[in-house]
Amino acid sequence: MNEMTPIASEIMSSELGKPFKLSRRGFLGASLGALVLGVTLPAGRARAQAAAATITPGTRVAAFLEIRPDSTVLFRSAFIEGGQGIFTAMAQIVGEELDVDPANFVVEGAPPGPDYLLTGGGRFTGGSMSVRMSYETMRRLGASARQMLLQAAAAQLGVPVSELSTEPGRVVHAASGRTIPYGEIADAAAGLPVATEVALRDRADFRWIGKPVERLDVRDKSTGKAQYAIDLKVDGMLYAAVQHSPRLGGEPGALQNEADVRGMPGVHSIHRLQGAVAVVANSWWRARMAVEALQVTWTDAVGTAHAMPADFSTEAHMAKLKAATGNGVAYETEGDVQSALTSAARVVEAAYDAPYLVHGQLEPPSALARWKEDGSLELWIPNQAPEMFQAEAAKLAGIAPEKVIIHSPMLGGFFGRHFLYQTANPFPQAIQLAKAVGRPIKLIWSREEEFLRDALRPMAAVRFRAGLDGNGMPIALAAVAAGEGPTGRWFGRQPDKVDSSAVEGIAGKVYAIPNRRVAHIHVDDPAIIGFWRSVGHSMNDFFYETFFDEMADAGQQDPYELRHRLLAESPRHRTLLEAVAELSGGWKRGPFTAEDGTRRARGVAMASPFGSEVATIAEVSQRQGEIIVHDVWVAIDPGSIVNPAIIEAQVNSAVALGLSSALLEEVVYVDGVPQARNYDGYPILTPDRMPRVHVRIVESGAPMGGIGEPGLPGVPPAVANAVSVLAGKRARSLPLSKLDLKGVDG
Amino acid sequence: MELTINGTKHQVDIEPDTPLLWVLRDELGMTGTKYGCGLAQCGACTVLVDGQATRSCVTPVESVAGSEIMTIEAITEDSVGQKVVEAWVANHVAQCGYCQSGQVMAATALLKQSPQPTDEDIAGAMVNLCRCGTYNAIAAAVRQAAQA
Repeated sequence: MNEMTPIASEIMSSELGKPFKLSRRGFLGASLGALVLGVTLPAGRARAQAAAATITPGTRVAAFLEIRPDSTVLFRSAFIEGGQGIFTAMAQIVGEELDVDPANFVVEGAPPGPDYLLTGGGRFTGGSMSVRMSYETMRRLGASARQMLLQAAAAQLGVPVSELSTEPGRVVHAASGRTIPYGEIADAAAGLPVATEVALRDRADFRWIGKPVERLDVRDKSTGKAQYAIDLKVDGMLYAAVQHSPRLGGEPGALQNEADVRGMPGVHSIHRLQGAVAVVANSWWRARMAVEALQVTWTDAVGTAHAMPADFSTEAHMAKLKAATGNGVAYETEGDVQSALTSAARVVEAAYDAPYLVHGQLEPPSALARWKEDGSLELWIPNQAPEMFQAEAAKLAGIAPEKVIIHSPMLGGFFGRHFLYQTANPFPQAIQLAKAVGRPIKLIWSREEEFLRDALRPMAAVRFRAGLDGNGMPIALAAVAAGEGPTGRWFGRQPDKVDSSAVEGIAGKVYAIPNRRVAHIHVDDPAIIGFWRSVGHSMNDFFYETFFDEMADAGQQDPYELRHRLLAESPRHRTLLEAVAELSGGWKRGPFTAEDGTRRARGVAMASPFGSEVATIAEVSQRQGEIIVHDVWVAIDPGSIVNPAIIEAQVNSAVALGLSSALLEEVVYVDGVPQARNYDGYPILTPDRMPRVHVRIVESGAPMGGIGEPGLPGVPPAVANAVSVLAGKRARSLPLSKLDLKGVDG
Repeated sequence: MELTINGTKHQVDIEPDTPLLWVLRDELGMTGTKYGCGLAQCGACTVLVDGQATRSCVTPVESVAGSEIMTIEAITEDSVGQKVVEAWVANHVAQCGYCQSGQVMAATALLKQSPQPTDEDIAGAMVNLCRCGTYNAIAAAVRQAAQA
């Protein structure tokens, strides 16, 4: 569905020089005139366009590949590694065509540059887009490089290219038995024009694509050697910690004990920043102790975009969402839902809701900033979009974008956390502090500051009405969702159009219900909202797929059988549904008694996120009011695949995060401040609550879909549907920990 | 203050209540041990103190002067640690990897104390958080390391 294509398309349209009409509310304050996306800065636009005119992204071999004397390959990835395995996938894809074993690749995140704009003409790591957007291009890149190596070898050996072939890492002249390692001809090959006429390997001949190739980073990550932004150090560096205004929009007034804090161990200096105070010290712990000791009077500033109201509470905002009336703006319509509802034998109605979530990635955000003597600025920052961060940093620093050097280290988890969000990124503070003290600064946000300034998965409420015919079959479905989507927030929302990130997963469903209307009522969200793994799908498929079971129950149909019937004309989805049922040993809803004597039930759900199709079944029981999820079965059809082991790992990961959100997670605001500032007040899934996860990959041959996110959306509804069977009452609000299970048999 | 870390003695001049984590990371440059929460909630900062898995983010450095501290930097120099690492690699455990230093240290501590752990032992010892949800792979790797 949404897939963040609006972002890609905005980047593309800006490159075409169209007037730029993105939201100016976004990113670091309302006063910004210039813009957000790397290639769109007014100062850089002409250059970017000139560069874009001469460079086709993903074609210049030298921008991506460096074959070293030992024939290993240094590869610069347009996509950032954050656990999803993209570095390994890139090595597989490029290595397949280049004819180099992926194990001989060293992969790093590429710097900003026109060569790397592979995501719809822009560049970000997100939307489960990396492989599917670059697959063909990266294969061609590898094949081009191989062709250049063949040409260089031909020149050196004095034989025609047609007599040469390759084996992994070397060119072979079969007639003479001579071989040349790639490393020996890399320099000569690099001097040749990029080969454009290249043949790609036949799928049947793949050695690495489609195989469970070992992750390149697995050993470093098992021995503490992997380096994240938070681990980096440069000469002369000082450390910084911040204390933010409890409510966004507050500015630091008087510091009552400034002199005392200045005298604390290791303290270098105290700074007032926009919406925060900072201490620079000779260690981060000392900086943190000092900044948290500061007694700050916060005063409300005027004009802060999305300033948090002093009386804001999630409870009141949820009530507002639920009270939103009207039919909203239609996003998806089919047939005549009103007539069908009027003529229906039975109408089913229900309202659903879901809360704010934090990303909760284990690596707290940080930024390392170093001003250089030539006036350029070097930044090491966790990010999913180097050009966007470069453009923003340039603007803040008052220098040209090409004077900002961006390093994009491995991410200690992201899940959507490291996009450019107003007030949610530490790098603006680090830039300012490094300037102020004349030395490099590593700023780390404590976990507590991170809970205060993360960009939240939005909250939402949805009203459903369905009409059933006399046989209990759904003939009409109307949904009105209320809230705000993150795509509209950060990339511009048109009042008369629905932000697809707000409705994806309610819209775009695959069931043959002849009359449908999916609509949205925009309600400004007072919080800083962002993209969270699977975006709108993270809650919308929960809403829809649990309501689906309500329809089934009302029509006295088994929910699996009803799905199966409504997919009669959709073989891809029907096959997938059957696959997950088979994987689980055959569909059974329950309640039933398991071998250990516990009373259990199963729920099923389907989702169509990010170009892939997913069917999910979950088995649950309950013990003393706590929901226990024993097994989750997932059948996923991404069309075609690159690494089945990484897919299985990503599905496990998506199940864990989806389950965590379904069972436990909820950000609560009272009086404008979040009640939880660390994991103690915001429990996330612990090992003892992790179910067994069973994955079946179905390669239907459909266009390649995403992997990082699609495993998530089916989990909350599959679990909730099972819980509803067990509890004998519907679970319509997340997290399920709010559901009273007293009196339910164990 | 003298600290014994991975068999090497280090002199540090630091406020005695500083958490061991920040002595390791900022004073000694040993960044394999991670900061996750600072509240002993997540376990990313797990090190071994006299063989016991210990959350270094809430451990005042003065309390471990005189103890044997082992960090992830020395994991492959330890025979149990080496087995754990190989099992972690074989099971493709890591995703983002940020919590895995702590996970590997927790597993090493477990297998030093219980070379043949039951599933209950594993569940009792492997309690660190992983936002990527690698929990099943972690449990599989611990079982494999125990058999290695």
